[in-house]
Amino acid sequence: MHIMREVVAEFAKPVMLYSIGKDSSVMVRLAQKAFYPAKLPFPLLHVDTTYKFAEMIEFRDQFCKEIGAELIVHTNRKAIEDGANPFALGTSKCCALLKTRALLDALAEGGFDAAFGGARRDEEKSRAKERVFSFRDKFGQWDPKNQRPELWNIYNAKIEKGETIRVFPLSNWTENDVWNYIHLEKIPIVPLYFAKEREFVIRDNQLIPTEHNMPLREGEVPQRVMSRMRSLGCTYCTGAIRSEAGTLPEIVDELLEFRRSERENRIIDHDQEGSMELKKREGYF
Amino acid sequence: MSAMQLLRFSTAGSVDDGKSTLIGRLLVETNSVFEDQLASVKKSGVNRSTGPIDLSLLTDGLRAEREQGITIDVAYRYFSTPRRKFIIGDTPGHEQYTRNMATGASTAGLTIILIDARKGVLPQSRRHAFIASLLGIPHIAVAVNKMDLVEFSQSVFERIREDFTSFAKSVGLRNLTFFPVSALDGDNIVTLSPRTPWFEGKPLLAHLETVPVAEDRNFEELRFPVQYVIRPTLDFRGYAGQLAAGTLRAGDEVMALPSGRVTRVKEIPSFDGPVAEAFTPMSVTVVLEDEIDLSRGDMLVDPNHVPHVSRRFGAKLVWMHQDAGGVDKTYLLKHTTQTVPAEIRRIRHRVDVSTLAHIETSELGLNDIAAVAMETRRPLFFDAYAKNRHTGGFVLIDPLTNLTVAAGMIEESTADNVAPLNLRDLQFTGELDGEASGRLTNAERYARAGHYPATLWLTARRDVAYLVERKLFDLGCQVHVLADDSDSHLLPELARVLNNAGLIAICSIASPDAGERDRAERFTAPNRFLEVSAKGLPASDEEAAEWVLKLLEDRGVLRRKDRFTQGEGI
Repeated sequence: MHIMREVVAEFAKPVMLYSIGKDSSVMVRLAQKAFYPAKLPFPLLHVDTTYKFAEMIEFRDQFCKEIGAELIVHTNRKAIEDGANPFALGTSKCCALLKTRALLDALAEGGFDAAFGGARRDEEKSRAKERVFSFRDKFGQWDPKNQRPELWNIYNAKIEKGETIRVFPLSNWTENDVWNYIHLEKIPIVPLYFAKEREFVIRDNQLIPTEHNMPLREGEVPQRVMSRMRSLGCTYCTGAIRSEAGTLPEIVDELLEFRRSERENRIIDHDQEGSMELKKREGYF
Repeated sequence: MSAMQLLRFSTAGSVDDGKSTLIGRLLVETNSVFEDQLASVKKSGVNRSTGPIDLSLLTDGLRAEREQGITIDVAYRYFSTPRRKFIIGDTPGHEQYTRNMATGASTAGLTIILIDARKGVLPQSRRHAFIASLLGIPHIAVAVNKMDLVEFSQSVFERIREDFTSFAKSVGLRNLTFFPVSALDGDNIVTLSPRTPWFEGKPLLAHLETVPVAEDRNFEELRFPVQYVIRPTLDFRGYAGQLAAGTLRAGDEVMALPSGRVTRVKEIPSFDGPVAEAFTPMSVTVVLEDEIDLSRGDMLVDPNHVPHVSRRFGAKLVWMHQDAGGVDKTYLLKHTTQTVPAEIRRIRHRVDVSTLAHIETSELGLNDIAAVAMETRRPLFFDAYAKNRHTGGFVLIDPLTNLTVAAGMIEESTADNVAPLNLRDLQFTGELDGEASGRLTNAERYARAGHYPATLWLTARRDVAYLVERKLFDLGCQVHVLADDSDSHLLPELARVLNNAGLIAICSIASPDAGERDRAERFTAPNRFLEVSAKGLPASDEEAAEWVLKLLEDRGVLRRKDRFTQGEGI
């Protein structure tokens, strides 16, 4: 809350990146608390690749309506018209166009000087080094060697026109904290997080959802598997995990048993060694 | 979140002391590493360790440092045991990134300082101890690592303990605990090692689980910096902020700074209903009983225990940028929720962190630690850093590059560390921000008085002084004679105050003193200091007085023609 208020006090036009995932849900709740009884003093921005789960979009529209938040949806239409899709381009290029490029365009178009993201330092190694206020140059790029020192709870919010700051209020939360908070606060989340029978193909030991007409390889037959999503992205890039956990307490219990990390099933993180850091340098969250 | 206690700790050590390995060890031993992360480390093909798996790779996140083989920045790690949750700020040891250690340590309740058993206490270890004391970290755990390479020798451990303790005492570090460990093999990390039967302490992790965490919080004296004003409708005005100290309840009496007005807390509303009691470090919104116009940067405080309110204070600085810092620059100082222009008035000395010697210097370089006198454009509301990290800590930002160039810790004020009185700049503050704040400007004073403020330094003939005063007064000027009958030595300062109020000060000096004269000149705006000695003055008092008036006119202090068109006989 301290971080969010600091941003709203110091920046002209902040925006909150809203990915529809569980971390976004937590961020929105914290923002509601930080500015109560006022409404959210910034819009939510969803970068829609058009390859998200239908359930996510449905949830997004319903949720934003309920809390009375202003929602901006941005899609890199041009790239999609040019035929960008994860099946043809591969995940690395697809992500560059539909997520990173689209995000930078949306920030520039909206004239936003600060953007909240739900990234946590426990998610991925390069994220562990990110500041809470993370400076980006005019091209949205991150320079891990040239970060501003952050002391106590004092954040340096000075930027020039065209430069931006990415802000990560959940930096010090862990996956466990997020689930516990969702449980305690009864925060609504996308039903995909709960176990249910869903249709997948099994490829390289990952459960890949077949939504958006994913082209099948020879011999692949979609099958129904009892499963849930541990993190959410585009259908093709988000593998599910086999799970029976259908309630929040069951998910928290399951987490305690887990021996594998949260983003393991995220295909994009592994397409190159150190790939998240490369994406971040280019402007990805 | 869960009610489990949280300990933030940082780590510091020289290059290759095995810091990343120690953290990797803690993560692995507490089951905080996932199988796929371990597999990825195995897959990486890099193994700088002699063990089966290079634990340090779990924390060395960035490609650049993986290439160099050293940690380059602060990385945060999380793990928990059934007793506590932990956040580690993993900070680098080598010299050029010492600023990051200060960053990691600024929020830590404990720091682990690693010392290589083979090398003993190095200059870097002293630097780390010094920074830890500077940043007021309540607990220090010294891990003497690589004990396996010195055959778990008790004498090696004891020698390092003695060396480090004597240095630590000299910088005022308290609460030191020593551990003989091997991060690589896991000795004395989670369980006591059979290889150090002579060691009588607890294993490192048990210490981390039990060390007291809340003792640096101040629940007594309210400090509530206003961060943001929430005003959704005309009839709701809430002051949002995070408590830096103390508690808040509805009905509590609070004083608003800088106005000094006292009112009561009406309510502390929240998304989840009214808050019965708020305490540090909660973020809340406060509604007051009276309409007081507060804005960001103001502070609500305990009326019985107000903080220091001053533009001048002594501080320790850790310089964090390669561009040198010095007294000839203006910085932006961010303290609680205020950002104000500030200058380093004086660098008292730099501290050599190995010897603790005070070294004279005129500028500050990267990683320098110095004692300085600071002066800010507007007053800050502060406590000494040793008393409260949040109301005693600040950062300096270079307004040209927007980079954070220094971290500052405010010291308890003493005559020695506060900037010497230098009122010269006051002359111009009205002109700088007068328009924005509606304060009186010098231009307004002049328009009303018909003359500029000035100081006349008359070293003889007191009668002339009083005659000049009479003539100026009759012309409509605001004027006052200061005669040093008593040996006050304060005439320059008094003249200064009169000047600030727009008056012409006539200092009638009985016994000339060069120091006082120079001070008076320094305090006066350029060209508004007029020295008149007995020599060269007309013999008659009347003529002498007219001569002085002419001088005031020539210097542009007085423009009689502007205002006094009739009957002036000139």
